[in-house]
Amino acid sequence: MSEDHQIIVTVNGQKYQRHVEPRLLLSDFLRHHLSLTGTHVGCEQGVCGSCTILLEGEPVRSCLLFAVQADGRNLTTVEGLSDHNGTEAGRMHPLQEAFWEAHGLQCGFCTPGFLMSLLPFLEENPSPSEQEVREAISGNLCRCTGYQHIVDAVMLAAGNMIAKDGSEES
Amino acid sequence: MKPAPFKYTSPSTITAALDLLAENAYDAKLLAGGQSLIPAMNFRLTQPAMLIDLNRLDKLDYVRVANNNTVQIGAMTRQRTLERNQLIRDMLPLMSETLPFIAHSQIRNRGTIGGSLAHADPAAELPAILVALQGRLRLRNRMRERWVPAEAFFKGIFTTDLAPDEIIVEVEFPSISKGDGWSFLEFSRRKGDYALMGVAALLTVDSQGVCRSARLVYLNSGEVPTVASLATGLLEGEKPSGILFEAVARVAASDVIAPTANIHASVPYLRHLAYSLTKRALEVAHSRALASVET
Ligand SMILES: Cc1cc2nc3c(=O)[nH]c(=O)nc-3n(C[C@H](O)[C@H](O)[C@H](O)COP(=O)(O)OP(=O)(O)OC[C@H]3O[C@@H](n4cnc5c(N)ncnc54)[C@H](O)[C@@H]3O)c2cc1C
Repeated sequence: MSEDHQIIVTVNGQKYQRHVEPRLLLSDFLRHHLSLTGTHVGCEQGVCGSCTILLEGEPVRSCLLFAVQADGRNLTTVEGLSDHNGTEAGRMHPLQEAFWEAHGLQCGFCTPGFLMSLLPFLEENPSPSEQEVREAISGNLCRCTGYQHIVDAVMLAAGNMIAKDGSEES
Repeated sequence: MKPAPFKYTSPSTITAALDLLAENAYDAKLLAGGQSLIPAMNFRLTQPAMLIDLNRLDKLDYVRVANNNTVQIGAMTRQRTLERNQLIRDMLPLMSETLPFIAHSQIRNRGTIGGSLAHADPAAELPAILVALQGRLRLRNRMRERWVPAEAFFKGIFTTDLAPDEIIVEVEFPSISKGDGWSFLEFSRRKGDYALMGVAALLTVDSQGVCRSARLVYLNSGEVPTVASLATGLLEGEKPSGILFEAVARVAASDVIAPTANIHASVPYLRHLAYSLTKRALEVAHSRALASVET
């Protein structure tokens, strides 16, 4: 009744070829078929934001896409962050470092979704206001931090990333 | 797995999509952004036997101007694309102002204008904007196409004039012109939630500052976007002021709209919200209208 489809997806620069049932959600595909368990699954109705990944560079909910729809597309998940911007493999992205530094997480369940929402945001707005940061994270729920430390972390990351870019140029 | 099994198709032409739909009209669902359909499937509230994915129809993703004063938008254009579009900002500022109220950017990156209108949620913003701007929709099936004006399209909660074999291919809006002012305001419990109450206001003044026409359209105030012409009639031919806006807001909030109570809000509270939002929206629309005739 619902035959498998062959798909080829590129995740964090690596190509994968798999057979999937149409009803397989992209979030479950990443976790169970590719063992990329950094993408977390919360509400499965688009509200909580913990499954946010990048599809062709834009943040989307991976629980509201079917894996078959990702055929031929480029995805980035939290596992790809440490390599992002050419940082050496194994070293954290400045955004991750800032979350660590500023206590932007406690249990960490929501963190991958926050990071993946914030990455393209900071690319578009390298020096955001606190208000803009709050707007940018409005689609991600966190039950631990009360958000203040997350906002602090983003402000810290933005400053660090600008300083780093500056030092690279000089 | 969450959703029930289904057969997946992803046609690469509109003709192929229409053929598939005609052959499977009663078992198939069109998949646009999936931001309403997939949650419903995850809950198994809906279990279509087949999905016809429209996401390969790049030809339905466009914003263009026709006859200088009409904006045509392809049904598969994402809400986020519209939000970032300069043409929309210039010609349909009411829509531009409204788009950021829809869900969150991650949802708007997928959600489409066609999907939002077809879904016809009484709490959704775009149906109210289409009715406010008196736009129309181009629907196609395998045999023919037809145009449906906004107000005739919305029939009830989640119910539209779409036949089972029809696809929305385009949505058309008249552009703003000199003398027009606009405003959209809504109240939701948290940023990005569906609004408890919302209103789109349009007001046109002549060079003397006399109101020539006005329009108020409410979301979540009935089964379909609710037009308060009884209230806006008070504005026509007048040089409006704060007192008149209060009177109009009172009539609209207490006599025109029919909101239903929910767990978060009683009817009197919803009417109070409508009153406050209307007053503010009219003031903003009015000052924008005056500014446009002064320049
Ligand atoms: C967490 C969350 C919050 C949200 N908040 C809001 C909000 O505040 N305001 C709001 O307005 N919306 C909100 N939405 C819904 C969102 O805007 C959806 O994107 C929209 O309602 C449906 O558009 P879609 O492209 O995703 O359509 P889909 O979900 O793919 O489809 C919806 C329906 O329309 C049909 N359809 C789609 N395209 C066509 C077409 N071209 N012709 C005919 N039928 C078609 C489908 O068959 C389906 O029945 C929210 C969604 C989520 C997940």
